[in-house]
Amino acid sequence: MLKLNMRQMKEKQNGIISAVRADGELGRRIRDMGLVPGTPVTIQGRAPLYDPVALRVMDFTLTLRNNEADYIEVEVNE
Amino acid sequence: MEATIALAGNPNCGKTTLFNALTGARQHVGNYPGITVDKKEGTYIGDSGRIHVVDLPGTYSLTAYSLEEVVARDYLVREKPGVVVNIVDASNLERNLYLTLQFLEMGVPVCIALNMMDVAEKRGFKIDSDKLSRLLGVPVIPTIARSGQGKDELMAAAAKTIRDNRNQPPLTISYGEDVDNALLDMEKVIRNNRFLTDRYNARWIALKYLEKDEKIMEEGREANAGVAAKLANEAVQVAVHLKRTLETYPEAIIADYRYGYINTIVRQDVIRRGQENDRLYMSDKIDSILTQRFAGPLIMLLILLGVYQFTFSYSEIPVGWCESLFAWLGGLADAHLPDGMLKSLIISGVIDGVGGVLGFVPLILFMFFAIAFLEDTGYLARVAFMLDRIFRIFGLHGSSVMPFIVSGGIAGGCAVPGVMAARTLKSPREQLATLLTVPFMNCGAKLPVFALLVGVFFAENEALMMFIITIISWIGALLVAKLLRSTVIRGEATPFVMELPPYRFPTFRGLIIHTWERTWQYIKKAGTVILGISVLLWAMMTFPGLPENRARQFEVKRQTILASAPASVVRAVETAGEAAELPAAVQAVKDQLAAVDGKEAEAGLRYSAAGRLGTMLEGVSQWAGFDWRTNIALVGGFAAKEVVISTLGTAYSLGEVDPEESGSLGAMLANAPGWGPLTALSLMIFTMFYAPCFVTVVCIVREAGSWKWGLFSMAFNTIFAFTLSVMVYQIGSMLGF
Repeated sequence: MLKLNMRQMKEKQNGIISAVRADGELGRRIRDMGLVPGTPVTIQGRAPLYDPVALRVMDFTLTLRNNEADYIEVEVNE
Repeated sequence: MEATIALAGNPNCGKTTLFNALTGARQHVGNYPGITVDKKEGTYIGDSGRIHVVDLPGTYSLTAYSLEEVVARDYLVREKPGVVVNIVDASNLERNLYLTLQFLEMGVPVCIALNMMDVAEKRGFKIDSDKLSRLLGVPVIPTIARSGQGKDELMAAAAKTIRDNRNQPPLTISYGEDVDNALLDMEKVIRNNRFLTDRYNARWIALKYLEKDEKIMEEGREANAGVAAKLANEAVQVAVHLKRTLETYPEAIIADYRYGYINTIVRQDVIRRGQENDRLYMSDKIDSILTQRFAGPLIMLLILLGVYQFTFSYSEIPVGWCESLFAWLGGLADAHLPDGMLKSLIISGVIDGVGGVLGFVPLILFMFFAIAFLEDTGYLARVAFMLDRIFRIFGLHGSSVMPFIVSGGIAGGCAVPGVMAARTLKSPREQLATLLTVPFMNCGAKLPVFALLVGVFFAENEALMMFIITIISWIGALLVAKLLRSTVIRGEATPFVMELPPYRFPTFRGLIIHTWERTWQYIKKAGTVILGISVLLWAMMTFPGLPENRARQFEVKRQTILASAPASVVRAVETAGEAAELPAAVQAVKDQLAAVDGKEAEAGLRYSAAGRLGTMLEGVSQWAGFDWRTNIALVGGFAAKEVVISTLGTAYSLGEVDPEESGSLGAMLANAPGWGPLTALSLMIFTMFYAPCFVTVVCIVREAGSWKWGLFSMAFNTIFAFTLSVMVYQIGSMLGF
């Protein structure tokens, strides 16, 4: 098991969220959308300029910017 | 009295489709008082009788961060609908239930519509709605909104919930020891003081304090400052404790446990997933092409061009009909009303003013149709996704591109639908910055002005000049957006945490309703104010009229011309039609008379309020190279930018000049003193950036929600434009152009 900042994940890589360090508005939005510890995520793809990033969470696709992904820590299988 | 139900649910859960299916044509759209969030209401008539249906804005949560969330929550608290029909996307159950839990925790009566059952089934999902109903303790009705399946059962269940009116106890979720203990303490304080308990339940208030909900905390301070401080203090202690022991926040714990609760429900065999693991297979396949690194942007350009083409080319014909209609009305008034003030008011003030608004209607209709299509298919979210990185540099949002392009980012658009397209932006600061900068784009009304000036003064490089003008407007708009976002609309970028909805084929009915409701709002709201301003501008350019003795001088001149001509020529002049080929002698007299008419129009315009304003401004405007005639034209341009040309025509004693055929004016300007390439450039820059036309201003006011921003855009843009023009003119003069 390896803990990674979400920004460092590669395309199509899977993992399980281990921590969300954002508070305030951003933290709330992230959690409202279901990004809470224990949730499996897959990096679905990145925009043409490599930012924002699209994730597969539960049964839908979510986007966030790289500087927002920085607050999310993911456990991945190597 | 009719029973009232409120429809609530996540964005993209099929809420609007269900609302349309329930209410059909019996619906109307407005805004919630004071804000621009849509308020949709309608009536359902069916087996369960007449039911009043209110469509709450789509939200993911009820935490009162976005306007939508505030509206939804306030509605539930203040209006107390008989039941909340919570629409839940069956193919995305876990996240959708997050909102459901919040309704249950608030203690409002809930009835669940388990929507998109067909989609869920197609993806190999089996959902046990009875079990879900038992576990949550509320009715759960499977529906397919697109076909209307299940809507009558849903309404029956909702009506029954209202009739039973049983006092549903609020759902109590355990949030772990630390939070639970704090909640119990706080609840006691709240109960003992009857703190806001007439509106909310005690545990819910305590939860909101832990979640740092600004709205509730403010309400609390107003109700009882002492208790509020005590609760806030307790919340801070919990936060400090959690930070120290678990390195987390109360709101994080609360969200975690809510999702945990959802998980325990869903895992009790509520959902059975079939073989197909990745159920968004189709959407992903499409995305792998449409958002591909190289192909994606290219396809996007093509699609945006297509929208543009569709909107502006195909609406040209119906816009033409509207124009002919108003021209016909004008002609009718011209033929049947006696000459004088009233006639001038009706033709130039009322018909032109209202025509200016209604003439846009087909264009707006087309544009909203195109946007509704892109929005409903899910493509617009992809555009925002692809462009966000670039627009963010300027403090805008990926979704800003649509309004910019529609407004004339590709020269020839119109800022009115552009401003209205900014609605698709959900982030308030970025939306405001977009609203205020889209009028800088080169709309179709500015083009005749540019075409005239470029044609006369930059004839060798016409195409290049027009291209440069487009680039200047983009650079100006983006830089001003950046400036605004770092001054008056300062604030962090709104998070880009956004759902990319699966691609869907929109329902035609949905598109039509969508398009029409927005267009109708435009007609209704814009019509009245614009008529007023149009009459005002007409009055400014008409009053005060020329004094008697000066008007008589022109009359005398006309008489002299007629007296010196032979009687046969005079008769021919009086009976000659507009287009008739005339003998040279007759034409000469006619020209002389027209010249006198032009001189009179010029004198009248100079004498009017607008003319005096123009003359007064000359002292300032000369720094940018503008004389009083240009000033009046620019004042007139506030009505609509193409008026700049017709007013210049009058000011240069040419009488009325058609913006499309400005040859004579061009020749006049080429030889007029004070005019040269530099003045032309300065005037083009000014036209590009100064106050938006008043239809746009009215729309900005509507979309931004206050007159403040409308006035701001008029003042700021004009000052900005003037500064640029002065710089161009002064530097140019110094360099000897």
